[in-house]
Amino acid sequence: MTVKLIFYLFAAILIFAAVRVITVRNPVHAALYLVLAFFTTSGIWLILQAEFLAIALVLVYVGAVMVLFLFILMMLDINLAPLRENFTRYLPVGLTVSILIFVEMTLVVKVLSKPAPADLPAASSNIQLLGEQLYSLYVYPFEIAAVILLVAMIAAIALTLRPKRWSKYRKPEQQVNVRRQDRLRLINMPAEPKD
Amino acid sequence: MELLLSDFLILAAFLFCLSITGIFINRKNLILLLMCIELMLLAVNLNFIAFSYFNQDIAGQIFVFFILTVAAAESAIGLAILMVLFRNRGTINVEDINTLKG
Repeated sequence: MTVKLIFYLFAAILIFAAVRVITVRNPVHAALYLVLAFFTTSGIWLILQAEFLAIALVLVYVGAVMVLFLFILMMLDINLAPLRENFTRYLPVGLTVSILIFVEMTLVVKVLSKPAPADLPAASSNIQLLGEQLYSLYVYPFEIAAVILLVAMIAAIALTLRPKRWSKYRKPEQQVNVRRQDRLRLINMPAEPKD
Repeated sequence: MELLLSDFLILAAFLFCLSITGIFINRKNLILLLMCIELMLLAVNLNFIAFSYFNQDIAGQIFVFFILTVAAAESAIGLAILMVLFRNRGTINVEDINTLKG
């Protein structure tokens, strides 16, 4: 019963935060409400006994991705007025589409009224189970995920890197093309008498 | 009186529909579009974890792990593209990005 109350409280907070994310005027406030949504979701995941992923959501999303969002928001000097005009123009069609999708999903999903399974024994560890699967059966996808992260890092750096105009650096293509006679000159000169 | 699988699925469906509405009404602001996509991925992850718990199958959580990885990479590259776009055009309005329209 308590779990159910906590679930409904968290669901209410999550829906409130999501509504604020899509309607608030200031993008910084939207990012902060998104942080609230992620945090609340991690609470719901704890109810579902996915402890490792709940913590990972807080660490990765609240700690890294949302900070990146806020960082970008503060770096850009955005004029908000043209972005907000005609704000409600597509609201009717958007609401129609999403209400229809919601009704359809609810009709399909309502029949899945499966009760919760029995509680796991207290000694069982979510992270141990996850690790055993991840490093045995899913080790190849795990390494592909690592490569994806590396590629994303290189792509983000390569996209935003801008060489400085005034910095002095060597040009390697000119350096390797240097020949011996460009740099070195042998001079044959007679020895001068010592007086 | 206990929590059912459908409770979580309906919550995730509601969250997904809210972010669809957000994409419709914030269609000009690129950074809010990215945030709405993050919200959608969150709803999908909630579905995966709910099924993983109610079916007692750890594979759902492993799938969420990979979705989180790919979503982090996606938002990093998306924000980098947004930075380059703002640097070149001075705006993030989607309606001004129509060079390829012909």
